[in-house]
Amino acid sequence: MNHTAPTAADVPLPPRDWSRTLFNFVVWGGLALALAWSFAPAEIYRAVNLFTDAGNMAEYASGFLRPNFKDIDYYIEEMILTVQIAVWGTTLAVAASVPLGILSSNNITPWWVYQPVRRLMDAFRAINELVFAVLFVVAVGLGPFAGVMALFIHTTGVLAKLFSEAVEAIDPRPVEGIRATGASKLQEIVYGVVPQVLPLWLSFSLYRFESNVRSATVLGLVGAGGIGQVMFESIRGFYYSETAAILIVVVITVTIVDLMSQQLRKLVL
Amino acid sequence: MPAVTVERLTKRYGKKHALSGVSLTIEPGEMVALIGASGSGKSTLIRHVAGLERGTGEPCRIEVFGRRLQERGRLSREARSIRRDVGVVFQQFNLVGRLPVMTNVLVGALGRIPGWRGTLGWFSDAEKGTAVRALTRVGIAETARQRSSTLSGGQQQRAAIARALVQGAKLLLADEPIASLDPASAKRVMEILVEICRHDGITVMVSLHQVEYARRYCPRTIALRDGVVAYDGPSSALTPAFLRELYGEASEQLILPEGDFVDLPAARPARPQRAEPALATV
Repeated sequence: MNHTAPTAADVPLPPRDWSRTLFNFVVWGGLALALAWSFAPAEIYRAVNLFTDAGNMAEYASGFLRPNFKDIDYYIEEMILTVQIAVWGTTLAVAASVPLGILSSNNITPWWVYQPVRRLMDAFRAINELVFAVLFVVAVGLGPFAGVMALFIHTTGVLAKLFSEAVEAIDPRPVEGIRATGASKLQEIVYGVVPQVLPLWLSFSLYRFESNVRSATVLGLVGAGGIGQVMFESIRGFYYSETAAILIVVVITVTIVDLMSQQLRKLVL
Repeated sequence: MPAVTVERLTKRYGKKHALSGVSLTIEPGEMVALIGASGSGKSTLIRHVAGLERGTGEPCRIEVFGRRLQERGRLSREARSIRRDVGVVFQQFNLVGRLPVMTNVLVGALGRIPGWRGTLGWFSDAEKGTAVRALTRVGIAETARQRSSTLSGGQQQRAAIARALVQGAKLLLADEPIASLDPASAKRVMEILVEICRHDGITVMVSLHQVEYARRYCPRTIALRDGVVAYDGPSSALTPAFLRELYGEASEQLILPEGDFVDLPAARPARPQRAEPALATV
């Protein structure tokens, strides 16, 4: 074998891809322009106040240094209520997102079905939970049920989109195998589509439950029940020690829920 | 009444003709091989007979057991009920990997039982019995509770055949069923196909990449070339010389490189030795 290793001269370097370079320049240049354009409107120049007025912050924060756990039973009760709001809001949203997610998948339904459904889901998603909560407080009165409905509608918008993205990424061949047996369209979905997407759907649902526990803690601000309502009242009354205790309860609960949900998601995937 | 009638079937993808004026008739109980090089239209033809694709709008017609499946590029209203009588076995098995083998096989019953019961997954003991018998026949009853993705390729293909058996199909279309299998599994799958053809009288139409399998297992072969029927007759006439005449250079990919079949005629074309020097330099 008189085969020699190729020398550097044998293998010319591929020519530089100028369009790629230009593309990078445009992307990074665009980002720099966007930051410069937003600098004054976002009042970024006031960042120096973080240091010059640090004394004010320290004084304010010192109020939080002695949390008052006198009403801890009440806080825990309200925190549990907040989790309960999230449980119902998420469950209702998952139930609604299964059909709506399938209806907004372009490999299952024709465009005149998935386009309107997708636009409706966009609207559900675009409007914040707090705004929905205000609307439902007007409709069903102050209290947790308004919070459940607010989470339900907003989460449906989010989950339907995530569910349909999973459906659009399935392997079409098993579905064809089911179709070839003479099964109906609904049976194709039940046997061919759902088993393929179920782990992802479960994972998305659990993740949204985590987020909803976090969101539910602020829903109380507009009177939609739970710990948020208690927290807002104590902030407005300048009860810093009580507010600090509530914040600690919230942080611990959210951490526990996140850890549990993460473990569950690992199990299903 | 023929099992399959195809008349002047034409299929274009854009400008490319996948099938041009294919006509053929298959009688009940026949076992027919469909051969041809890659891209010759075997899969396309099978998918049309299965009602999974529609021909291009010219006057073309496909009938299955005397019932019209499609005409002029439109599926007939009976298409779904005809599909119940037609079992399809695919190259990639097309099982649902996360479902147990048993459920994958029971899916075959969906076309025959009331819709609500099938959709909810309430299968009767009788239907489950049929599924277990089908799995026993293809020799993988012990895998019934496993997820089908845990099975080997050969076992998955046998599960797919069991699904067609539970379906009670009268016509079995097999689209390259052995192309992704090792030789031993391929042989097993072909033997099962022969057995269900002889024993149950099921008409079998199987597309194959290698002509040796057609010669060994199927009395009749239809050969496609560039979307046209190039040969339709007894498989025994398919000698290597005839195939070379039919396909020219492309005939090489239709003949097995290894001596898996001892009963081959000695007159095989000398295979080019190009691959070997390249290997030596590595």
